[in-house]
Amino acid sequence: MLVVLGANPLTGYAALLDGAFGGAKNLANSALKAMPLLLVGVGITIAFRAGVINIGGEGQIIAGAILSTLFVLGFPDVPRFVLLPLTFLVGALGGAIWGGMAGVLKSYARVNEILSTIMLNIIAVQILNLLLRGPLMDPGEIEKGSRIPHTERLSGNADLPILPGGTRLHLGVLIAVLMAVACYFLLFRTTQGLRLRAVGHNPFASRYAGMSVKRNVVLAFMYSGAMCGMAGVTLVFGSEGHRLATDGGATTFTGAAGFNGIVAALFGGLHPLWTIPASFLFGALLVGANAMQRAVQVPAALILALNGLVVVFVVGSMYARARLARAASESSDQDGESDSRSPVRSADPEPRNPP
Amino acid sequence: MSDFLTVSVLLATLASGIRLATPFLLAALGETIGQRSGVLNLGVEGVMLLGAYGAYYATLRTDSILFGILVSLIVGGVMGIVYGVVTLALKAEQGISGIGIFIFGLGLSDLLFQKQVGTPTPIDGLGDVAVPLLGDLPWVGEVIFHQNVLVYVAFLLVPVLWFVINRTPFGLNVRAVGETPEAADSLGVSVDRTRYITIFVGNAMAGLAGGALALELGIFQQNLTNGHGFIAIALVYFGAWRPSGVMAGAMVFGLVSATVLQWKTLGIVVGTTASIVGMFPAVLTILVLVLVSRRTGQPSALTRPFERGH
Repeated sequence: MLVVLGANPLTGYAALLDGAFGGAKNLANSALKAMPLLLVGVGITIAFRAGVINIGGEGQIIAGAILSTLFVLGFPDVPRFVLLPLTFLVGALGGAIWGGMAGVLKSYARVNEILSTIMLNIIAVQILNLLLRGPLMDPGEIEKGSRIPHTERLSGNADLPILPGGTRLHLGVLIAVLMAVACYFLLFRTTQGLRLRAVGHNPFASRYAGMSVKRNVVLAFMYSGAMCGMAGVTLVFGSEGHRLATDGGATTFTGAAGFNGIVAALFGGLHPLWTIPASFLFGALLVGANAMQRAVQVPAALILALNGLVVVFVVGSMYARARLARAASESSDQDGESDSRSPVRSADPEPRNPP
Repeated sequence: MSDFLTVSVLLATLASGIRLATPFLLAALGETIGQRSGVLNLGVEGVMLLGAYGAYYATLRTDSILFGILVSLIVGGVMGIVYGVVTLALKAEQGISGIGIFIFGLGLSDLLFQKQVGTPTPIDGLGDVAVPLLGDLPWVGEVIFHQNVLVYVAFLLVPVLWFVINRTPFGLNVRAVGETPEAADSLGVSVDRTRYITIFVGNAMAGLAGGALALELGIFQQNLTNGHGFIAIALVYFGAWRPSGVMAGAMVFGLVSATVLQWKTLGIVVGTTASIVGMFPAVLTILVLVLVSRRTGQPSALTRPFERGH
């Protein structure tokens, strides 16, 4: 691909590898880039496991970021050890509300969740632009007349503490890993998790067993959104400027984490724990791509394009793998009836044509 | 606001609404034929972006708009073959592989734009062609018959597609494959072949829709389409899988876009209110989807991969 773009592939990939893994500083940057991907990826995993496709990561990140920013602007003087956990909670709430809307629309109005989450993304971006160009704009910017769309520097009490070690690593990275483990327990070690997975696996049987498919679809979206909302918190309060900002483009401050997180989740086999290394890999890829951009002038958008291909091929290979598995189980004369072609199925709360 | 409510401005808005409806219409018609054969293509947005970039770049380099249009069709067709292989041969889950195509298109169009063009350079858009005689009609002629070629093509495709779907043997196959592929297969209709054709045509139209958008705006930028492709998918539901219904929906969105644009030009919305009107299409899409949610007539085999012996 690099050759097609007229760059020296060896120099390019060397720069990519060095930029991503060379030295503690670069490794830390990779981990920082991986942090939002992991939170989003875990959220996406919950949704996909419950049979709903959440493409609304971007909007839910923004919703979490906005609500937590408003909260910190309102209570800047609360001591750090109280303010920080509350900020995460508020951010999670923001994401959960935004995701929950898609869940309610799907459960109670039969609106396709892929379309509704994309539309909610667009709405969230506009709300963000509205706030940052209006009421939330840094008073200093207005005074100077430069009118850069970002908030004032948020209260230092809400800064994510830098971890010891001399790098830029901060607490957000640990929280992301912790949430991945927590979601593993939620999905695989609790009744609620079993319900979510049951609804995703077979909505008809779940309903027959007395579960509310509609309620669980909404819940899945809320959990999923909460994770993305927390990603928004880490992106705002772990940023170098410690403020909510936008570049005016389509992906604002998120760096397309809402989309790249989907890729990390799929690459991690829709398992919260496997999503940890998967998102580190993609975080490293993003950091490395920036280094590559500097070395051989290939735009970092390359990674987004590659990620799209990864999605297509991961999903495409599911069938081939299931076929191989089926062939293997049939040849060993076992019951090959378990059709687990894809963990993702569409949970239709009101099925018209039960199979 | 009083500036807006004059005859000349309203007529201009109507005319621009028809123009802006064209990308929606082309993409939604392409999606319609795919869905009628049982294939959900969520990658429309990505294909539109690639088609838009293809048309923009080709026109920028060759100064030939016709060549630009051709490139957008080819780009769309190639993406159609890719999507066909992924969903038909590999039997990938259609929802997620479509999202993969979207992300791919979003990244690749931005990548190529930054690499090959860099600074946004405007191109000449499509010129208007007046239809003889009809173009001379008062008001109607000005609004409907002074448009660019792609507008005529898109709106002519509505009856054409209706005819193909409802009155030809191929259309019968498409509908059969979309409703009960097993039955169609047992009667000797090749499910995969039919779907390859509809996916190819549908994606080529999505590419063309992107080209129409880029040539209408005369520019390319990251995420140029900003949801056009996804709205087009919503329009298929709105139109209940019928070309005429899809056209009505595309007109609604075209007019909303034109009104927003006109308000911005006239200075009725300024500054932060521009963000509020920028939400209109997205909010409208959700409302539309809620309104049509009880709609019946969805092809029974939609999103279901076909496998013999199952």
